[in-house]
Amino acid sequence: MDSSSSQYVSTRNIGVYDPTHQFTIWEDHFKSNGDLSLYEPNMKFNNQSEDASFGILGTSIKYDQQANKLTEKMQRRLAQNREAARKSRLKKKAHIQQLESCRLKLVQVEQELDNTRQQGLYIGGGLDSNNLGFAGSANSEITTFKMEYEHWVEEQNRQILELNSALSSHISDTQIEELVNGIMNHYFKLFCMKSDAAKIDVFYVITGMWKTTSEQFFLWIGGFRPSELLKVLVPLIEPLTEQQRFDAYNLEKSCRQAEDALSQGMEKLQGMLTDTVAAGELIEGTYTPHMDTAIERLEALASFVNQADHLRQETLQQMSRILTIRQTARWLLVLGEYFQRLRDLSKVWANRGREPA
Amino acid sequence: MEKVMRLASEKGVVIFTKSSCCLCYAVNILFQELGIRPMVHEIDQDPEGRDMEKALLRLGCTAPVPAVFIGGKLMGSTNEIMSLHLSGSLTQLLKPYQSRS
Repeated sequence: MDSSSSQYVSTRNIGVYDPTHQFTIWEDHFKSNGDLSLYEPNMKFNNQSEDASFGILGTSIKYDQQANKLTEKMQRRLAQNREAARKSRLKKKAHIQQLESCRLKLVQVEQELDNTRQQGLYIGGGLDSNNLGFAGSANSEITTFKMEYEHWVEEQNRQILELNSALSSHISDTQIEELVNGIMNHYFKLFCMKSDAAKIDVFYVITGMWKTTSEQFFLWIGGFRPSELLKVLVPLIEPLTEQQRFDAYNLEKSCRQAEDALSQGMEKLQGMLTDTVAAGELIEGTYTPHMDTAIERLEALASFVNQADHLRQETLQQMSRILTIRQTARWLLVLGEYFQRLRDLSKVWANRGREPA
Repeated sequence: MEKVMRLASEKGVVIFTKSSCCLCYAVNILFQELGIRPMVHEIDQDPEGRDMEKALLRLGCTAPVPAVFIGGKLMGSTNEIMSLHLSGSLTQLLKPYQSRS
């Protein structure tokens, strides 16, 4: 290296053809870090002209230039390798960070699942022992819906307790009305949640996979059957006036008629969907006319779920119109406790004959 | 629009539907359960179907089908009919048009 430097000094002084600029840069680099980390693409051409111009100076310079050419290539390659290695290290780091955050999320989800399992809430359809295999839908939005539903149930249970203690104490009608409105809105909130979830996975919602197995047994289009509840629960909120009994009876009758109509519509839709599946090539990702029809059918299915929920909502609202505020409160209490007992029914069966813990 | 209004007044109870619509089918079943024989117009089978659909939406129907007219007046779609039925109002509105069997 030192000999080269001295050679550069001498050639600089000649001044016939002046590629000194390039040489000076080389020299500076040699002095500063002892290697070439900058590759000058023009070097090759300059060297050629140098050869021509400096021919008279003899082979010694030419030899140096040849040696430098080789070193250039090597150094170029080394630089590229370093760059590639650096990029690869960065990629690896990013990938590891991503894996870490996924792992944390996984732990969180598994924790939540364990918690809900301990609470005795049976996750519908989940025969898998694999924690992530629940509910048949690995979709994150459905997972979110399931978790939000668990919170909904907790809130529901809290509201029922609150209402129970309120009714046993001496609170004003206005305060009762507040509680009643809270509970009604809570039910309406669930219908909204279901509507949104149906847009993601309509079958998940309509088969009630998010409910306990005992609830699934009594399922009608993704939820409870309003006329059945009226039939069973209205007698429990006696005493009622003659007019109220009459109105409740008519409500039950209208409900049943509406349910029958929707059920028949559903049957027709099921038939149409079966035809669509049978006739078409439902190849994922491939557009066929049948795929269009399938989407249409599933949209119709979602609209049936919405109609069924609308019926449930109307039933609750009509009852609140037929009854006084205190009677409505008792009605909601009876309803809420019914759902609690129904949810617990699976546990009752599972725990039969077992020794107390 | 005129076609829609004209057809809507032709009979006491008129429903605009689409042949593939199952909710329309359900609403029709409900009316029959209540002793009504509504006049059904399938707008997807009608050459002017698209205009009729627009007209129904402009009249304020929440969904183009099913669109239910009672006595020439637009009552609404499935949601409205269900609400009317549960409140007991639907049977009242249908009384003049119920078939005596």
